[in-house]
Amino acid sequence: MGQFLERLRYFTRPREAFADGWGELRTEARQWEDGYRNRWSHDKVVRSTHGVNCTGGCSWRIHVKQGVVTWEMQQTDYPRTRPGMPNHEPRGCSRGASYSWYLYSANRLKHPMVRGRLLKRWREARKTLQPVAAWAALMADPEARDYKEKRGLGGFVRARWDEVLEIVAAANVHTIRRHGPDRIAGFSPIPAMSMVSFASGSRYLSLIGGSLLSFYDWYCDLPPSSPQTWGEQTDVPESADWYNSAYIIAWGSNVPQTRTPDAHFFVESRYNGTKTVAVTPDYSEVAKLSDLWLHPKQGTDAAVAMAMGHVILREFFVDRQVPYFQDYCRKYTDLPLLVTLRRDGARWIPDRYLRAGDFDGALGSPGHADWKTVALDRDGTPVVPAGSIGFRWPDKDSPDHGRWNLEEKAADGRATELQLTQIDRRDEVVDVAFPYFGGESHPHFTPNAQGSDGTLLRRVPVRKLATRGGERVVATVFDLMCAHYGVDRGLGGECARSYDDNVAYTPAWQASITGTPAAQVIEVARGFASTAEKTRGRAMVIIGAGMNHWYHQDMNYRSIINFLMLCGTVGVSGGGWAHYVGQEKLRPQTGWTALAFALDWARPPRHMCGTSFFYAHSDQWRYETLQTAAQLSPLADASRYPRTLIDCNVRAERMGWMPSAPQLNRNPLDVARDAAAAGVDAKDYVARALKSGEISMACEDPDNPVNFPRNLFIWRSNLFGSSGKGHEYFLKHFLGTRNGLQGRDLGEDGGLKPEEVVWRDPSPEGKLDLVVTLDFRMSTSCLYSDVVLPTASWYEKNDLNTTDMHPFIHPLSAAVDPVFESKSDWEIFKAIAKKFSELSTGVLGVEKDVVLVPMQHDTRAEIAQPYDVRDWKKGECELIPGVTAPAIVTVERDYPATHARYTSLGPLMDKLGNGGKGIGWNADHEVKGLAALNYIVPDGPAKGRPRIETDIDAAETIMYLAPETNGEVAVKAWAALSKITGRDHTHLARAREDEKIRYRDIQAQPRKIISSPTWSGIESEHVSYNAGWTNVNELIPWRTISGRQQFYQDHAWMRDFGEGFAVYRPPVDMHATRPLLGKRDNGHPEVVLNFITPHQKWGIHSTYTDNLIMLTLSRGGPIVWISEVDAKKAGIEDNDWIEAFNLNGALTARAVVSQRVKEGMCLMYHAQEKIVNVPGSQVTGQRGGIHNSVTRAVVKPTHMIGGYAQLSYGLNYYGTTGANRDSFVIVRKLAKVDWMDRAQRAAREQELHTTIVGARA
Amino acid sequence: MILPGAWNTFLFGIYPYICLAVLLLGSLIRFDREPYSWKSDSSQTLRNGQLRLGSNLFHYGVIVVVLGHFGGFLMPHSLVMWLMSPAQHQLLAMLVGGIAGTIALIGLTILVHRRFYYRRIRGNSRKWDITIILVLWLQLALGVATVPMSAQHMDGALFERLVAYVQGVVLFRGDNAALLQGTPWAYQLHILLGFTIFLVSPFTRMVHIWSGVASLAYLFRPYQLVRKRGGALN
Repeated sequence: MGQFLERLRYFTRPREAFADGWGELRTEARQWEDGYRNRWSHDKVVRSTHGVNCTGGCSWRIHVKQGVVTWEMQQTDYPRTRPGMPNHEPRGCSRGASYSWYLYSANRLKHPMVRGRLLKRWREARKTLQPVAAWAALMADPEARDYKEKRGLGGFVRARWDEVLEIVAAANVHTIRRHGPDRIAGFSPIPAMSMVSFASGSRYLSLIGGSLLSFYDWYCDLPPSSPQTWGEQTDVPESADWYNSAYIIAWGSNVPQTRTPDAHFFVESRYNGTKTVAVTPDYSEVAKLSDLWLHPKQGTDAAVAMAMGHVILREFFVDRQVPYFQDYCRKYTDLPLLVTLRRDGARWIPDRYLRAGDFDGALGSPGHADWKTVALDRDGTPVVPAGSIGFRWPDKDSPDHGRWNLEEKAADGRATELQLTQIDRRDEVVDVAFPYFGGESHPHFTPNAQGSDGTLLRRVPVRKLATRGGERVVATVFDLMCAHYGVDRGLGGECARSYDDNVAYTPAWQASITGTPAAQVIEVARGFASTAEKTRGRAMVIIGAGMNHWYHQDMNYRSIINFLMLCGTVGVSGGGWAHYVGQEKLRPQTGWTALAFALDWARPPRHMCGTSFFYAHSDQWRYETLQTAAQLSPLADASRYPRTLIDCNVRAERMGWMPSAPQLNRNPLDVARDAAAAGVDAKDYVARALKSGEISMACEDPDNPVNFPRNLFIWRSNLFGSSGKGHEYFLKHFLGTRNGLQGRDLGEDGGLKPEEVVWRDPSPEGKLDLVVTLDFRMSTSCLYSDVVLPTASWYEKNDLNTTDMHPFIHPLSAAVDPVFESKSDWEIFKAIAKKFSELSTGVLGVEKDVVLVPMQHDTRAEIAQPYDVRDWKKGECELIPGVTAPAIVTVERDYPATHARYTSLGPLMDKLGNGGKGIGWNADHEVKGLAALNYIVPDGPAKGRPRIETDIDAAETIMYLAPETNGEVAVKAWAALSKITGRDHTHLARAREDEKIRYRDIQAQPRKIISSPTWSGIESEHVSYNAGWTNVNELIPWRTISGRQQFYQDHAWMRDFGEGFAVYRPPVDMHATRPLLGKRDNGHPEVVLNFITPHQKWGIHSTYTDNLIMLTLSRGGPIVWISEVDAKKAGIEDNDWIEAFNLNGALTARAVVSQRVKEGMCLMYHAQEKIVNVPGSQVTGQRGGIHNSVTRAVVKPTHMIGGYAQLSYGLNYYGTTGANRDSFVIVRKLAKVDWMDRAQRAAREQELHTTIVGARA
Repeated sequence: MILPGAWNTFLFGIYPYICLAVLLLGSLIRFDREPYSWKSDSSQTLRNGQLRLGSNLFHYGVIVVVLGHFGGFLMPHSLVMWLMSPAQHQLLAMLVGGIAGTIALIGLTILVHRRFYYRRIRGNSRKWDITIILVLWLQLALGVATVPMSAQHMDGALFERLVAYVQGVVLFRGDNAALLQGTPWAYQLHILLGFTIFLVSPFTRMVHIWSGVASLAYLFRPYQLVRKRGGALN
C-alpha cells in the first residue's frame, strides 16, 4: 500500500511531457492496479457447457475463485474448420453467460423439500409402521391425501436426504406391488443436453419397469414430416453448412435470436454471396439479416410453399426439364413410383402404392412382396426397384440380402431407369379427385373456395397394368402431384393456365389467403430453383418452431420439403432441410441407449408417447372440441372412423401402433403371476384375456382409478410450467389443485363424447399420488410437486453434451462440488435405487413383468400391416401380438438388485450385443474394455460386471459403446450396415478406427465425432455435416416404405385425413374464445388475437425466465407483444397490464406495443415463469397464469399411425405432438392490478401454522 | 453560556485539535487502507426522485456556506478591515450565510425525507449515513438559527470574537478557548458540532469532499497521462 505516502513524492517524480505538453509520461506506483487485476483473477478454469435445450452446445470456460464459481466465458479452442470455411467460434451467447447467477441465487434449491402436510402425515405413520407399510397406509386413508389440493400453494418444508429417499422409494415399492410398475412414470427431455443426467432417471425407471415418457413430440419440436418423408426422426445440417449454401430461406426460424452462436455462419454466408430470404409474420431479427422479407399471415405458410412448388413444377419440370432435378428425383424420391387409383363413380381417387405383391409371381421378387413398391422402367414395363423396405428385412434364405440400396437396379440386379411420368405412354387420361381444405371457414383466416365439396378434380395420365386382381389403373407419383398442384400439362380440365389464375395452388391463389404478393412468391421460387439448378442443390430452408408448432405442422413442412426434394437439395452439402426446433442430435446415441434404457439388463423398456399420455391423464380430451369428422378428407369413408380424437388414439394403442402407459387395467406383475398359475405363456394369456374382455387396455378407461398413473418423476424439465400445454388441466385433473380452467367438459356441455373411452362423472382430480421433481431452482413444476430434490447445476456435475448445430462432443464438468445439499442427477437416482433395493427386499423379489410393445420403427415389426387398417376389437381381424396388436413380452426384474444393476453394465451387452436404427453388432470387445477401464464389481448380484459407479464412469460407458466416439465400433457398425445394403461403407470410418474419444479428452478440447450409420451425414475434411448425405452418396435407402424420400403418403389414414399429398390446411378452430367474448366485462374493450409463443431473447432458451440478469435487460416480468393496430382497438398502451384468456384459463402480463407485430396476432415469449412478477387475473380469481394457461394440447390422428414402415412408433420418433399455435385468446386491459398479497395473508398465515411440521408443536 | 473553565478549555481549546487530527489522519488511513470504500455512496440507483432538487439545493448552498466560513473566518484581520468594517463584515456573513444556509437546509430536508421515507433507501442506509445526515441537518439548522440571533447585536463585536477564535485555532493560540467563554449557546453548539463533523468525517461518506477538492487538479493536468511500465519507485 503506502499509496498516500507515495503521493507525497509528487514533486520529485520524473515526468516527461509529450505531444506538446498535452500528454505526460509519469513514473509512479502502480500497485493500485492490482485491485482491478484481482477482480478478474481466478484459481482455476474448468470446461463445461449448459445443459439447456437451445441446441447451442457451446464450450464454456467456468472460472472458479476460492471455491466459488465467479463467471463464465466463451471457450475459443474448437478444432479448426477446413480451409475456406469460417471457424466455429464464437459460440455462446449473453444468456449462457448469465448462467452462473443461478448457482448462488435465492431461487437455488439448497435442500430436499417435501410438501408439509405430506411430511407431517408420513412422520406420524412412520412412528409405528415400516416405510412401505407407511406409504400404503397413507394411500389407503382418503383424508391423508389432502396434500394434493395444496400443490402449488407453498407449504414446503426441509427434510433430510435419507427421509425423502425413503418416501420416494417406499412410494415406488408400494405402487409396483399394488398397482404395477407401469404406474410409475418419468419425464425428462432432450438427452443430448446432458446425457448422463437423463440416463440416470431413465435407467432407474427402466430397471423397475416404469414408463418413460417422450418429450420431442410433446414439446412439438418433433416434425412428423421427417419420419413421414425420410423415416428419420430428424437429421439436419450443422450450422457451418449454411456457409456452403447459395440460397437460404429462413422460414419461421429467428436465427439471430434463437440460434445465436450459429448466426455468424448465416451472416458469413452472405459475404460468400448467398441470397437470404426471411419468411416470418412479424418483423423478427432474422428479417433484418435477409435480402427479402416475406410476411404471410401467421399459420398460412403452407399456402406460400404450395405456390412455390407450383412455380417450380411449372418452370423446371413441365415447361423445361432440368437434367439434375430429373436425375435426382428419379434416383432418390418416390416420384417415379406407381400409385393405384380407386374408382369412385366417374372419378378416381389416389390409393396406395402399387406393390410387387399385386402381381402374379410378385414380378420375380417374392420375399415381403407386399412391402416392395413398383415403378415403370424405360421400356414401360413394371419393375421392382431394390431399396424398398421389403428388402430391408429379408427372411433367412431370401435372395434379397444385400439388396437394400439405392442403386438404379431392379430386384434381380438388372439396371433400370425409372420413369417419372407416363404422359407420353399413357393409356388414358382420367379425372382424379384430390381433397382441398383451403375453402374451410375459420373466424380468423380467409378461405379461398375451390372445386366442389372440398375436392378438386384434376386430369391425370394413367397406365393400365395387368395385376393379380385384374387390370389396375395406376399413375406415377409425379403425374399425380403435377395434377394436384394444378399445373397445366395440356390435358385439359381444371388447372392453372397462368400464375394469375385463382386456382389451387397458384401464386395468385395463395395471395388471397396469405396476403403475400404473388410476384414475391414467384421470384423466390424461381430464384431458389434456378440457384439449385446451377449449384446442383446448394439451396436450403432453415425452418423453425414458427412452422412446426401448428396443428397442421406436417403440412407446413411437407409443402416446403416437396420443393426441397424437387430441387435436389436434400443430402447435398449446403442444401436441404434445416429444422432447428428442439435438440435431437444425441450423437453417441447407441452407446447411450444401452445405459439409459438399461438394455444391458432387461429388454424391452417401457416407452410412452408423452403427448398421448398427458392428453389422456390430464383429461384434456374431456374438453375436446375438435372432432375426427372435421379432420377427414371429403373422399374418406367417415363411418370407418370414431368420433373423437382420443378414440383414434385408443384404436392406435390397441392395434399396436402406439405405446400405452399404464398398459393394462391390471397390475402386469399379477398378470404374469396368473398366467404362470394357469400354466399358460403370458403372451397367449394376455391375448386371450384381451380378446375375451377379461383384461382391457388401460387407455380405454383413463379416468378409472385402476388406470391412474400414480408416481411421476420429473427431472431436467419444467413439465408443468414451460412444457405444460394445458397447464390448468394439469392442475385440475393430474394434480387436483386450484386452477383457472374456464371451460366445461363435454359431459356438462352436452358435447360429442368418445365411443372407445369410458366416460366417468365426476371427473377425477389429483390422479398422481407422488410427484418428485429434481431441479436446481424453484421452478413452476417444483411448486406443484410433493418432493423437490436439489440437483447439481451445470457447473457442478460431469456429463456429456452434443448438438445438431456442430459435430463436436463436449463435457459438462464439475467446476465446484454441488452446493449446499444438492447432488447430481446420477447420484440422486443412484441413492433412490439404493433405498428402493433396501425397501423392496421382502416385499418384491424377482418378478415377471408383462410388457406391451408397439410395432417399432427400425425393427422387423415395422412391416406388420401392409394394407388396410384392421381393429381386432371390432372383429376385423385376429388378435396377433406384434402384428395386429402390441407385442406382449415378459421381462424378469430383480427388484432387490436394482441398485447393483444401476451401478454396473449388465450381461445382455455381451449376450445380445448393441445397436440401433436397425443395425446390430457384437459388443464383447467394448464390455471387456470397460471392465478394464472402470474396473469390475467385486461381489453381489452384479459380480464381475464393469462398474458404473460415478457420472464419469457412466460417460465413459456411453462413449466406449458408441460408434461416434469409438472408431472400432464405428467400423463394426458400418460393416453391419454394409451387410444389409450389399455395399461397403466401412471406408467412412476406417481412417479413425483406432481412435477412442474419452471423457478427459473432451475436457481438454471438444472432439469431432466419428461418422456412424446412426446418422445420415458424415464427418469429414471435405464436407460439413448434412443430413441425407450418405443416402445420396453411399446409396443407403431412406428408412421409408419405398426406401426413397416420400412425396406421397399412402397409408389409409394419411389418405383419409387428406394428407396423401401435401396440402394447405388453415389452422384449426379450437372454439376457445367465443363462449367468453364479452361475457366477463371489466369495462375495457376486448380483442381476439392468435396466441403465438416464440422462443425468447431474455431468458435462457425457452426454459429459464427467472434469471435476474436477463430480466433486468428486459421488462422484468411476463410480457405479451401486440401490434399497434390491435392496441389501439383495445385501448392498450405500451407497458399496460393486460389479461389474455380463453376457455383454457387466463394469464396476466404487461403489453409491449410494437410495429414489429402483425395485426391479429400476439407474441408471448415461451416460458415466462409464474414465480416472477405475476399479478392476479380477474377472470380466474387466481394468480395470473403462464403462457400455457391459455393452451390445450390437441392430438392429430395421422401422428398415431403405426406398424407401417416409416410410420411406426419410436420414442421421440413418431407420435402425437403437443401443438399449440392454433390457440386464440381474448386480450384486454387489466382493470385492477391485484398482487394478491393482502387479503390472503391472514389465511396463509393460518395455513402455515397448521402445516409446518412440528414448528409449533 | 458559561462553562466551567476546564470544560471550556477542553471543548474549545483541545477538542478541536483532536477532531482535526482525526480528520487528517483518519482520512489518510482510510484512503490508504480502504480505497474502494472511498465514495459518496449516492442512492441515485435506488431512486431518482427528489434527488435532483434536494441534492442540488443542498450542495450549492453548502458549498457557499463552507467557502463563506473559510473566507470569512480565515481571512487575515487586517485585510478584512481594509475592505470593510466589522459591522459590515457581520452583515455580509449574515446575508450570504443566511441565504445559502437556508437553501442548503431546504435541500437537506428534502434529502432527509427521501432517505427516511423510502424503504429501499432506508434499508440500504448504514448507520453512519443516517447519523451524518441528521448531524448535518442539525448543524445547518443551528447555523441558520444564529442569523436572527446575530441580528440582535449588529455592531460586529461578537462576530469579531468568533473570527478571532477560529483564527486562534488555526494559529495554535494558547488561551484561545477563553474567547468563547460567555458567548451565546447557539454559537458554542454550532462550533462544537462543526468540529464533531470533522471528527466523524473519515468514517462517513463525507470523505468525498476531499475528492471534490482534489478534482480541482484536473484543471491543471495534461489531458493524457501515461504511466511508465514497471515504473514504481517504491
